[in-house]
Amino acid sequence: MNQQGNSAGGAQNRTSVERRGDRELVVTRTFNAPPSTVYRAWSQPELFQRWWVPKSVSGVSLVSCDMDVRTGGKYRLEFGAGGSDTMAFYGKYLEVVPNERIVWTNDEGEEGAITTVTFEDRGGKTVLNFHEVYPSKEALEEALQGSAAGLPEQLEQLDELLSSMGE
Amino acid sequence: MVQYANPPLDLSFAALSDATRRGIIDQLGQADASITSLADKFQMTLTGMKKHVQVLERAGLVITQKVGRVRTCKLGTRSLEAEAEWIEAHRRLFEARFEALDEIISEMKQEESDESAR
Repeated sequence: MNQQGNSAGGAQNRTSVERRGDRELVVTRTFNAPPSTVYRAWSQPELFQRWWVPKSVSGVSLVSCDMDVRTGGKYRLEFGAGGSDTMAFYGKYLEVVPNERIVWTNDEGEEGAITTVTFEDRGGKTVLNFHEVYPSKEALEEALQGSAAGLPEQLEQLDELLSSMGE
Repeated sequence: MVQYANPPLDLSFAALSDATRRGIIDQLGQADASITSLADKFQMTLTGMKKHVQVLERAGLVITQKVGRVRTCKLGTRSLEAEAEWIEAHRRLFEARFEALDEIISEMKQEESDESAR
C-alpha cells in the first residue's frame, strides 16, 4: 500500500506514533528539507491546506482555512462532506517561534489538548515532533473513545487516496 | 491487523458533523443508554432520537440491541481495542499527511533552486 518512497528525494522516512504516559501523544517524522522549508509548509495556509486534509476523499474537503500564525493569533478550519453540515476545528496559537516551534490550543471540545510542533535541524534535514498533551488522563481517554470508532476506516481510505495521488 | 467493517468515509463524517450526535457518542462513552433515556437527556422526541441513532449506527459508530421493548445503544468500539485503534488511526492520519507534505516540500525545494539559478 505504501510503496512510493522515492517521490520526495529517496530515503524512506518513518512516522512514529506513541502514547507517552497518561496524557500525551507524540508523533515523530524526518523530512528531507531544512526547518525553514517545513515551517513554511506548516505556517502558510495555502500550503498547509494542501496536505493537512488530503483532498477529495469521498467528498470530504476543507471548506475554509483561516490561520494567523503568530503568538496570540487564531485559527479555524472547517470541513464539509458535501452537504450543509460542516465540522469546525479552532483555537489559538500560544507560542510561535518561526522555523522552530508552534504551540496551539484545540478549543472545539471541552477538554482539548495543547499541541506543540517543533522543527529541529539535523544536518539540513528536519526532525519534526508533533506533541499533544491532554489536560487530564480522562480527557485523553475521552478523545480515545470518541475518535477511535470512526477513524481507522476513514484513514484507510486516505491512505489509498494518497498512494493513488503519488502516481 | 484488526479487520474493520468499512462504512464509507462520508457516512462517519456526516454522522460526526452534528453536535447532538457527538453528544450522544460522549454520553455512550460513559454508559450504555436506551433510546428513550437519550431522547430525555437531549430533550428530543423519540422519533428524532431514533433518526440520530440510525445515522450513527449506519456509520458503525454505535451498536443497538433490542431486548423486549427497549432498544439499548452502546459505542461501536470495543474498548480494549480502542487505544490500539486510536494510535493506529493517528499513525495512518499522520503518515497520509506527511506523504502529502513530502510532495509539497519537494516542490518548494524545486522552486527555491529554480529561483536561485535565475
